[in-house]
Amino acid sequence: MSMRTPLKNVRHLGSAKEGADHFWLQRVTAVANLVLGLFLVWLIASLAGADYETVKATLANPINAILLLMLVISSTIHMRLGMQVVIEDYVHQESSKILLLLLNNFFAILVGAACVWAILKLSFA
Amino acid sequence: MVQLTLPKNSKVTRGKTWNKPSGKGNWKEFRIYRWTPDDGKNPHLDTYWINTDECGPMVLDALIKIKNEIDQTLTFRRSCREGICGSCSMNIDGTNTLACLKAISDVSGAVKIYPLPHMDVVRDLVPDLTHFYAQHRSIEPWLKTDTPTPPTEWKQSRDDREVLDGLYECILCACCSTSCPSYWWNSDRYLGPAILLQAYRWVNDSRDEATGERLDNLEDPFRLYRCHTILNCTRACPKGLNPAKAIAELKKLMVERRV
Repeated sequence: MSMRTPLKNVRHLGSAKEGADHFWLQRVTAVANLVLGLFLVWLIASLAGADYETVKATLANPINAILLLMLVISSTIHMRLGMQVVIEDYVHQESSKILLLLLNNFFAILVGAACVWAILKLSFA
Repeated sequence: MVQLTLPKNSKVTRGKTWNKPSGKGNWKEFRIYRWTPDDGKNPHLDTYWINTDECGPMVLDALIKIKNEIDQTLTFRRSCREGICGSCSMNIDGTNTLACLKAISDVSGAVKIYPLPHMDVVRDLVPDLTHFYAQHRSIEPWLKTDTPTPPTEWKQSRDDREVLDGLYECILCACCSTSCPSYWWNSDRYLGPAILLQAYRWVNDSRDEATGERLDNLEDPFRLYRCHTILNCTRACPKGLNPAKAIAELKKLMVERRV
């Protein structure tokens, strides 16, 4: 039986005084994903059936390459933020939570870096 | 991890049937969650039959009739019996609501009654709301000012007063908070819809001078941002309020003060 008062438990470590940036960034990247995602759909549709050389030439165009890079960065940030929320929601054991949050960061960076590398390789090839 | 099944000693079993329909009338079956800390038994669903021709129209009327005439050990909270005290909140026919505002005739088939979900049970239909009340206390639900108190009263324009409509009516019955999955999983840190609606009521009060301080205390990944706009709260509220909107307004203010 805890001898702490209920208010002590509720106040706990106090407010983290953050969360608004997370919330806002998730919305900003969502809007960016929507616009850039449409661009991706259009790009893929326009390259349907094209050979490797055509794709390379398309990605050599800086506008196409930069838009794709922006999509990769925006969507991996969005993915990381979303998965962080899921982990915080459902994983309550402190050690596994920290571990999963770490892995979530590493995974998002890995996916982002691999995509960026692939786009740059095609673009500059 | 989140627990998706009940622990072994909390599994609900079949209980006893206290009476059967006898004689003419419109008989309605009530299956009610029973648990007492005294006998070490699992919770169980007991069955009662009520002749609705001889009973008031609301579920609370039936509960009172059962307690008076069939089973005096049935335990539940009630006070005003007209939807203003918030005592008789419970889960009826799958929805959190007030027993005094829920008509028996609105339920088809047997009326199944459980205590508010995911709360510790004190006994039968009585949940432990200690933590919920402490959360309410933590948002400091009173007028906070630095300006010396005026000799008569703190004045408020009609328009400023109207802003509080849809907020001040909350009776803290906890129907919304206990319908919220986020509150189920994280009620130790997440304040839940009822408390956040109350918090917004004070943030939004034209007379209150502690708005920034209040927002500081709420800006937290767990206290506020566990809300994922699931909207069970708004669907459950027996007073027709919209806690989800109040939370969305709080989130808007959090962004507004930094952009």
